[in-house]
Amino acid sequence: MRMRTLEISVGAFMLAGMLALVVLAVKVSGLSLKTGGETYELNAYFDNTGALKPRSRISMAGVTIGQVRSIELDKANYMARVVMDIDQQIDNIPIDSTASIVTAGLLGEQYISISIGGEEAFLRNGERFEDTQSALIIEELIGKFLLGTVNKNE
Amino acid sequence: MKLDVLDRLAQLGQFGLGHVQSLGRSGIFLFLAIFSRAGFTGRGALLIRQLYNVGVLSLIIVTVSGLFIGMVLGLQGYSILIRYGSEGAVGQLVALSLLRELGPVVTALLFAGRAGSALTAEIGLMKATEQLSSMEMMGVDPLKRVIAPRFWAGVISMPLLAAIFNLVGILGGVMVGVDWLGIYEGSFWSGMQQAVDFVDDVGNGMVKSLVFGIVVTWIAVFQGYDAIPTSEGISRATTRTVVYASLTVLGLDFILTAVMFSEL
Repeated sequence: MRMRTLEISVGAFMLAGMLALVVLAVKVSGLSLKTGGETYELNAYFDNTGALKPRSRISMAGVTIGQVRSIELDKANYMARVVMDIDQQIDNIPIDSTASIVTAGLLGEQYISISIGGEEAFLRNGERFEDTQSALIIEELIGKFLLGTVNKNE
Repeated sequence: MKLDVLDRLAQLGQFGLGHVQSLGRSGIFLFLAIFSRAGFTGRGALLIRQLYNVGVLSLIIVTVSGLFIGMVLGLQGYSILIRYGSEGAVGQLVALSLLRELGPVVTALLFAGRAGSALTAEIGLMKATEQLSSMEMMGVDPLKRVIAPRFWAGVISMPLLAAIFNLVGILGGVMVGVDWLGIYEGSFWSGMQQAVDFVDDVGNGMVKSLVFGIVVTWIAVFQGYDAIPTSEGISRATTRTVVYASLTVLGLDFILTAVMFSEL
């Protein structure tokens, strides 16, 4: 009988450990089982991606609709090529939409915001945003102000 | 005078040889304990008893310290981050520091103090009371019967304990951050989920705790098995277990971190 309570408590311990790992996976690291197959790919070329990272979010009207898969330099034109995974349900992004890299708050992380265009045709899997806006680098901006190169009359 | 210098040199040589010898002995010892699996059938009950001693009985200290460490992290993180108005980042601070470093390391240190010292004392006393030699007389291999189940129990328990520690710590951080200090729950969790990667953070933390489990249990059972069979010898072996295990864990943690997170 003593052995049985021992076995039960060991079983409960191992179960608790594995359960803790599952909770860590699902609740803490946000791992969801249904990530594959429900997204499609769009590309965008930027002059400067700033602090954008893979897995940064992509938002439209403030709602997250996907995430950045990869960022690499395109050797042909010296621009950064950003590959994005967009939720399959959002399949009506007009082809003249703008992808811009913006910052959440003053010190927050950077993400891609998509502003809607007016065309009737929609972007398909593997196509690219023609219109992009690069990251705003605060250091560059301050430098410009210090050197007086920002034209106040404009 | 010349002899004196040579004596000193010989002492140094003895010292070095002694340490290398004991390292080699412990390596052979570990190898034999792991791979002498012939006739392992019917040892399940032994393993379960050791899992109880090593794992279940360490549960309370691990849970309580995890809770308090998580709460302290939440409190400290909040008091600093509120100055920059980014108290929503407390979640990712607590989760990342627990998953990457504090979880595996603190659990291993507690494990060395709670379970490792007990293992050493138990095995050392078995040796002092000649239980190990009488087992050999009866044709039972003490490595198989005594050491192997304890070693495996330690290796299995340690990652589970670390996972529980991490979870309880994060819940402690939530308790302080969200329930007490009033950080908005949504930004707390979403910031955490965006910052934590399952493979890079949770996975690497688990790998660390597995390595620490192997090292701590190895040191503990070897120190017990290698103890001088007197009361003083056992007390020294127990102290050595805690000291060596803690230092090895901290040193190994640096190396593992350098390998795992060096690109950051």
